[in-house]
Parts: sequence; structure tokens; C-alpha cells
Amino acid sequence: MELLVASAIGMMTAVGVYLVLHQRTFPVIVGLTLLSYAVNVFLFSSGRLLVNRPPIITGADAYTDPLPQALVLTAIVISFGMTALIVVLALRGFLETETDTADILTEDLAPEAEADK
Amino acid sequence: MTSWIIAPAILPAMTAALLISAWRRDIQMQRLVSVVATLALLGIAIFLYHLASDGEARVYRLGAWPAPYGIVLVLDRLSATMLLLTSALALAVLAYAVAGWDKRGRHFHALFQFQLLGLNGAFLTGDIFNLFVFFEVMLIASYGLMLHGGGARRLRAGFQYVAINIVASALFLIAIGLIYGVTGTLNMADLAVKVPQVEVGDQALLKTGALLLLLVFAIKAAFVPLHWWLPATYAAASAPVAALFAIMTKVGAYAIIRVFGTIFGADAGALANVAVPWILPAALLTLFVGALGLLASRTLLDLASFSIIASMGTLLIAVGLFDVDALTTALYYLVHSTLVSAALFLIVDLVSERRGQTLDALVPANPISQSPMLGALFLLTAIAVIGLPPLSGFIGKLMVLNATYESPLAWLIWALVLGASLMMTIAFARAGSIIFWAADGRTTGPTWANARVEPMVVVALLVGASAMLAVFAGPVVEALHATAEQALDPAGYIDAVLGGGQATTQAPGG
Repeated sequence: MELLVASAIGMMTAVGVYLVLHQRTFPVIVGLTLLSYAVNVFLFSSGRLLVNRPPIITGADAYTDPLPQALVLTAIVISFGMTALIVVLALRGFLETETDTADILTEDLAPEAEADK
Repeated sequence: MTSWIIAPAILPAMTAALLISAWRRDIQMQRLVSVVATLALLGIAIFLYHLASDGEARVYRLGAWPAPYGIVLVLDRLSATMLLLTSALALAVLAYAVAGWDKRGRHFHALFQFQLLGLNGAFLTGDIFNLFVFFEVMLIASYGLMLHGGGARRLRAGFQYVAINIVASALFLIAIGLIYGVTGTLNMADLAVKVPQVEVGDQALLKTGALLLLLVFAIKAAFVPLHWWLPATYAAASAPVAALFAIMTKVGAYAIIRVFGTIFGADAGALANVAVPWILPAALLTLFVGALGLLASRTLLDLASFSIIASMGTLLIAVGLFDVDALTTALYYLVHSTLVSAALFLIVDLVSERRGQTLDALVPANPISQSPMLGALFLLTAIAVIGLPPLSGFIGKLMVLNATYESPLAWLIWALVLGASLMMTIAFARAGSIIFWAADGRTTGPTWANARVEPMVVVALLVGASAMLAVFAGPVVEALHATAEQALDPAGYIDAVLGGGQATTQAPGG
């Protein structure tokens, strides 16, 4: 199971990083999503992988650590919110400028490109 | 008494919720409530600073859960100083924003208060995961503020800003997972106890976690080569927002001081001072690139953004030495550069709104109205930013040179700090001459009769604060020296949080 979980995290991170390095907004967003999935599973496994154990101290039995589960819950909520925000941003950017490039265009950097103000 | 520690987090949260629910359309009422709340926040910060100035770390336990099981907020000199700085800056920025900027988009005041919630929480928390949560609160609010006013340019810069921060958050979580997996705790005081006891086999993992944390804070603090998001973001944001963001890079510096001073400090056994070999070279590079960027700037906003990068470089040189004198210097420079960077963004805004179509581009254009007044303010701000006498930047730089005198790299640091000052002087002199002297034709901008005076007063007050920092450098440095001593001596912090001999957590897995 360790091998499965570890390679799944590794795969998702690798694919996520590859996609984030793209120039268009859509692959970047998918890449960020994959990265956050990988991080969530990784965080979950930081409490060690135990099957069929209660997340509470019940006496002599072994238990699984409840804290990473709480951490993952928080992390999921936050990354979900962030992803929603960046999707909206990318869509607004696409609708207003009719291009979905994630780069800052050179005309944005030039002094005269302040027409939007 | 300790219940007041959570007030700087609760007050902005309540205010923001109130602003959204009760007065979403009434801008006058929003302004009133927001200003009153920020004034109250400043009052609370002064009170907490006074409370913390006896040198004792005070702890607020959320839900009265004992540490390290519950989350704690810790008030010591360092966090109290940062709270005071944040609320003073917030009040100045807010006073500038109510003169008109806050009307250019919706919910400015609510987002502003949420931003303060995130900042204050990050300065107070004594738990690494909680630090992550407050970072996110701060960032979510900053995304909203950054886009305030709208426009295609802001959207595109905003996308990059959000993307880099989501990646940073992912790294932060990986670091937290590694640290928790090895030590079984996330409480900073408990970590400071646990880290020296980590077994040899786990040290590499823990070190990876620690350095990943450094990477995350480096992104926030705009270390070169992780700085590229900053000029685009700050130049695209509206002026009051960019001025408030002057404290955001300092959050990164604060987190470095806190985490690598308390947890991975000199007492951390095999992991003692893990960050030290990295910070100084990165800081020197940051200063150099910041100064180069200043020389290459084609707009005033670029000038202001790169001056933030250069000031972070100077600040981090002092942080990177991790001794009491250097940290005193770093804190002095932190306070100084936060105030003057904010002043710089505001004066740039005042100048560019008077230049019509040319805005902040460094090309000769029409002369602007009120140019003697604005020119004087620009000159004073530039003097403070560059570090020329008599304002606080000069004392800050002098202290940096003094603190690094003993370092083996002193020759390099001195050459870079002084060389960067020269480059900054050239850049600012060129910008000032183009804007104020190489002007010809009809004067543009509002006349004195219909110009708003409050924004200029705010800038003057910020520059005045820099002058005050220089005049009262003695007492200020004395207070910051005590702050630095406390920050680098984790024993008192650990005692306060864990209550002496209290049991610490079990390793995970049971």
C-alpha cells in the first residue's frame, strides 16, 4: 500500500508540475488542482498509513492519528476555494482580453499600456 | 488580560462581516466603520505592545485547550511590534483610500479588514498549521484587493499572483506534512523542544521540511529568484493596496525570524541554523537584482516595486546573520522600509494621477499641479528609500554595515550595500528630474482649490514617521534590541506556551 500511495503522490506531483509550466491558463489550473490533490494525500499519509483503526484513543488498541485528517480537511477547503477563484480569474481574463495566455504580455509592461485605467 | 491577545484577529473579522452584511451599498457608512475599527485596532495594538514590553511571552489558548494539543496565540515583543506596525500602516493606507480609491470597486473595506485579520493572525499564532491558515486568509483577501478597480492588466497580473501563491501553499503543506510526520507536533514551542531530539535517520526528512518552509517564506518575501511575481503584482494593484502590500513581504521576513529563530535556531541540535547558509547569499542577490531593476525601470511603479525588492535584500542580509545585533538592525530596517515603501507607492499614485495619459511612465510630459509640494514629498521619500541622511533609511543602512562588520563576507556585503545605494540614487534622481524638471507645456492636474489635501497629508505623515524613527533612533533601537534578544532565545517562549514541565505530544501512529 505504501508503494501505491507513494507512487500516486509522485505521479500527481509530476503531472501537476508539468502542467503548471504551460503557457495557457487552463493547463495551469488543472496542474494546480493536481498538485493540491497530491499534497492532500501526502498530508494524509503523514499520520502513517493504518487501515481499519479508529481515529480516537480507545484504550489498548492502536489508533490512527486524527490530526492529519483534520489538517487535510482544512487544506481541501482552502485549495477548493483557491481553485474556484483562479478559474473565475482566468475566465474573466479570457473574456476581457480574448486571450488565455498566462504570461504577462509585453504590451502590459510597456508604459503606454495603461488604457484600462 | 491575556484574552486581549485575540482581539487583533477578532475585531477585523467582525468588522468585515458587519461591513458585508449591513452596509454593502453605503460607502459613507463603510468608511466610517472601517476607520473606527482600524483606530480601535491601533489602540489595541498599542495596549498589547505596552503589555509585551515587560519581556514576558503571553499565551492565549483557544478554547482553553492546553498546549500542544490546542492552538495557541503568543504575544511577545516581536509579534507586538509587528501588530503595531501593521495597524499604524493600515490606518495611514485607509486614510488615503477613503479619499476616493475605495469607490473604484466593491467591498474594498471588507477585504481590507479581512487582510488585517490574516496579517494579525499570522503575527500572533504559535502553531505552524495555523500560520498556514492565516497566510491563506491574508492571501485570499489580497487577491480581492489586488483586483480592486478591475481592468485587463490587473486580471492578468492577478492570475500569476494567485498561481504562484497556490504553488507556495502546496509547498507549505508538504513542509508541514514532513515536519508533522517526523516530530508529531505542529506547535512551535513543542517543535523547538522536539527538533533537537529527532533521531539521526529522520533528520534528513526534517531538514527537507525546514528548507521547504524557507522556500515558501522566500516566495512571500520576494527573494531573488522567486521575486518575479512582485513587480507585476504591485505595479498592477491600486496604490493604497500596493502600499498595504508593503507589509506582506515583511510577513515572509517575520515568519523566517520566528520559525528559524525559535524552532530551527541555535539550540536545534543537528538542525541548528539550517537556514543560515541560504539566506545571506539570496539576500545579497536580491539586493543586487533590486538595484539593477531600479536602474532599468521605465515607470514610477516599477521603481517603487524594485525598491521593495532592494529593501528586502538589505533587510534579509541582516536577518541572515542571526545574531542579536543583526536582528535588531533587521527589525529597525523592517519598520523603516514598510513605512517608506508605502509612502513611495502613494506619492507615485499622486504624481501619476496628475499626468493624464502619460501616467507613471518615465518620459517628459506636461508639468503637474502642486509640483513643489509633491516634488518635495517625492524627494524626501526617495531620500528615505535610498538611505541618505537625515532620514531613517540612512540609520538603517549604517546599522546594517555596522552589524556585518565582523562577518567574513563583510567586503562583499559592504560593496553591495553601498553600490546598491549609488544605483538607487541614480535611478531616483533620474526619475525625479524627468517627472518634475523635464516638463514642458500646460500644467495638468487639479488646482489647489479642488485638489484633495488628505492624501498628501498621509504621505507627509509617513515620511514624518521615517524622520521620527531617525530622531528617536536611540529608544527605538533599545526596544528592538530587547525584541531581538527575546526572539533568539526560545526558552521563555517555550516556557510560556508549554508551562514548564508539561507533557508534550506522542509520536503519531500510537
